[in-house]
Amino acid sequence: MSASLAPPDEAGVAAVVAAAHAAREPLAIEGNGSKRGLLRPVQAARTLSVRNLSGITLYRPAELVLSARAGTPMPDIASALAEKGQQVIAEPPDLRAVFGSGEPATLGGIVAANLSGPRRIAWGAMRDHVLGVRFVNGTGEVLRSGGRVLKNVTGLDLCKLLAGSYGTLGVMTEITIKVLPAPEATATLLLEVPDLAAGVGALSAGLGSPYGVSGAALLPGTPNLAALRLEDFAPSVAYRMGRLREALGRFGDARVIEAEESRAFWRDVRDAAPLGAQPEDAVWRVSVRPSAGPAAAAAAQALGGRALLDWGGGLVWVAAPASVASHDALVAAAAVSGGTCTLFRGPDSLRLAVAVLPAEPAPLAAIGARVKAALDPAGILNPGRMRAGL
Amino acid sequence: MRIFATDKGTPPVIAQPAPKPEILARRAEILAALSALVPGDGVIGDATRLKPYETDGLAAYREVPLAVVLPRTTEQVAAVLRYCHETGLRVVPRGAGTSLSGGALPLADSVVIGLMRMNRILDINLEDRFAVVEAGVTNIGITKAVEDDGFFYAPDPSSQLACMIGGNVMMNSGGAHCLKYGVTANNLLGLKFVTIEGEVIDIGGAHLDAAGYDWLGLITGSEGQLGIVTEVTVRILRGPEGARAMLAAFKGTEIAGAAVDAIIGSGIIPVALEFMDKPCIHACEAFAHAGYPLDAEAMLIIEVEGSTAEQDDLLNRIKAICERFDPISLKVADSVEQSLAIWKGRKGAFGAVGRISPDYLCMDGTIPTSELPFVLKRIGEMSAQFDLKVANVFHAGDGNLHPLIMFDANDADSFRRAEEFGAAILTLCVEVGGCLTGEHGVGVEKRDLMSVQFTARELDQQRALKTAFDPQWLLNPSKVFPLQETPAAIAAE
Repeated sequence: MSASLAPPDEAGVAAVVAAAHAAREPLAIEGNGSKRGLLRPVQAARTLSVRNLSGITLYRPAELVLSARAGTPMPDIASALAEKGQQVIAEPPDLRAVFGSGEPATLGGIVAANLSGPRRIAWGAMRDHVLGVRFVNGTGEVLRSGGRVLKNVTGLDLCKLLAGSYGTLGVMTEITIKVLPAPEATATLLLEVPDLAAGVGALSAGLGSPYGVSGAALLPGTPNLAALRLEDFAPSVAYRMGRLREALGRFGDARVIEAEESRAFWRDVRDAAPLGAQPEDAVWRVSVRPSAGPAAAAAAQALGGRALLDWGGGLVWVAAPASVASHDALVAAAAVSGGTCTLFRGPDSLRLAVAVLPAEPAPLAAIGARVKAALDPAGILNPGRMRAGL
Repeated sequence: MRIFATDKGTPPVIAQPAPKPEILARRAEILAALSALVPGDGVIGDATRLKPYETDGLAAYREVPLAVVLPRTTEQVAAVLRYCHETGLRVVPRGAGTSLSGGALPLADSVVIGLMRMNRILDINLEDRFAVVEAGVTNIGITKAVEDDGFFYAPDPSSQLACMIGGNVMMNSGGAHCLKYGVTANNLLGLKFVTIEGEVIDIGGAHLDAAGYDWLGLITGSEGQLGIVTEVTVRILRGPEGARAMLAAFKGTEIAGAAVDAIIGSGIIPVALEFMDKPCIHACEAFAHAGYPLDAEAMLIIEVEGSTAEQDDLLNRIKAICERFDPISLKVADSVEQSLAIWKGRKGAFGAVGRISPDYLCMDGTIPTSELPFVLKRIGEMSAQFDLKVANVFHAGDGNLHPLIMFDANDADSFRRAEEFGAAILTLCVEVGGCLTGEHGVGVEKRDLMSVQFTARELDQQRALKTAFDPQWLLNPSKVFPLQETPAAIAAE
């Protein structure tokens, strides 16, 4: 176990990074460490955690904005929002079960990994709602990008660059996000479909309808279950569910679940529970155009694995035997339609043996190396987290 | 859209980096080389035909470029950029030239790469809900291509009939409906991106959230600083069953602001929520005869979507909320025609202000919505101080404020005061917690105000990112960053 530093505030974080920069000593960057098993293991003698930078610093429900320090646990944010009838739009997953972690994710970790749940298909990804960040770059400077207003095109958008950069470009210390009202009512149409292609057909028909489907998942099994969610004011949900059921009835036997039953169903989909990943399995996330989802799921099944499809069929969660052969097969399956495959969870041996993220073309990789050097010239922030040698 | 009269008086001067004499001296050779790369009528070099490219939607500032190149393919764009890189030629990318911040203003020693001939729609996929289009396709052109099937492309900048998707990507354009549907960055899946070295890179694709660094997010809104986009993969959405508007007028801006808060606080996210102040109401009413209440201090236009019954339900909820704020007038459209009538004045706001003033500057700050009454009060005081009239249009849901400063370009002092007034408003936006630009971009217009919003080190960091893409600072130099501090300026000295 590496030594862990958890400064009490932003200045403390900046001081640790500045010292590490001066000494050319790599740091593993984390919040609560709940996603330590994600992507590649970091080789660093010391860990810098932002978990003590906690607390909501600004919440204006009528302005739809919330700011919190990066180490604020996501459940704290969810409860503060729930008190005012609001929610985090992108519905980020709670991956404690996937990673066997006891600690909840932090806002910083969710943004750094750009993790979004079922609502991503309708309302955008976590990164779409990051309005502003404060962060410490690799030399220990405290910098800002964006702000606390909903519409902002002032300067280069470092918020999006930092979201999904897994702490390799900067250590976020405070984040402002856009939030939205939680729906008054919700209901889900469940369709028993003959196969996955028909299931994606049903999801596409729903997403191509004017009824505002905000979740579209496909659970392979006996039977295969296609699920389409509506969230809105109660009269709208009632009306739209009637129309949706009428429009999609041709795809298979239908039933509707409502309220808490519907919410529990989507919590499970969000957290990849229906995937049923066994402790010895590795887990991948494959992102493809929705119509290519069934082929990616078939590739998983050919490996003796299981799949769960979200985002209208375009996000394929895979649990399969943890091997290089599995990884290569899934990468190849994703590439057929120009999609990408990420090794999400696996034993360290596998995480170090394969490219956990798809390789970038050489000119882009060269730009990536220069961007990394511009933000973290000594290469001390989470080295090797995303790619070997970077 | 007319922002400035274009044919009177001496145009104001904007500082530009000094042209490179060695480039100006090689003009004939450069034109010949470009003509070989983009054969046919792809290169413009004569003074008369260069003239239309000397400015964009911010017509106060002009500079005739060395040459204009109009490529038809990504390969031609790559070849031209490779040549510019090898030759040290500055490059100004251009779409339709509708930028309100001078994003496409040329430099005297620059090559303008105009993408208007790359206007093909390459793929429409309704099942997977995306379209692949070339950069020169107009914003409305995407919606036109899919609307017969009930789909649309969501961001709708007011120049959408003319502006091109490549320019929308570069400026991260918004529109009146982004409170619900987001801005350009939220509606993209992939790009074909050409680097200054002439490398063609596919970013993203037809799938969501490509793994790795978010190049799509960084490039979107980068104002031509990082490279040129030649193809765009956009998400297309199924349209709602219908939409309808209502109008609510109030006795004070604070009251209207409180009504906006109450609507959002009730859990309703209208698809549009527009605010107009008294001078704007008067200008629009005189122009459009939309039936706007002239005794109101502030007016809201609120639009909702759904089936007719859903619209009724939402409009009734909003009406009930507005009634708590002692409205002067509440008018709910009961037909599509009435809805269009309510919108008519707002959509014609810029033209309406153009009728009552020879010229105007359209500003674009964003503020926390709770600061609106204070900001409008301060703008009113500044209006007296600078002795210039101003009308305010505001995207109330997302805080994006468009003050229209009225002035006379024939009067140099009037223009100087208008520029100072604009800078004072944007500084105020930053002071109350907002930003310099919500959707028009920094361009040349606001570059020198960047140090109001960002620290020197923050600007250094952004410049270092540009340098990572464009080490010689050839791509759209003299934009976005304060001129005196750019490497381009240093190089010119």
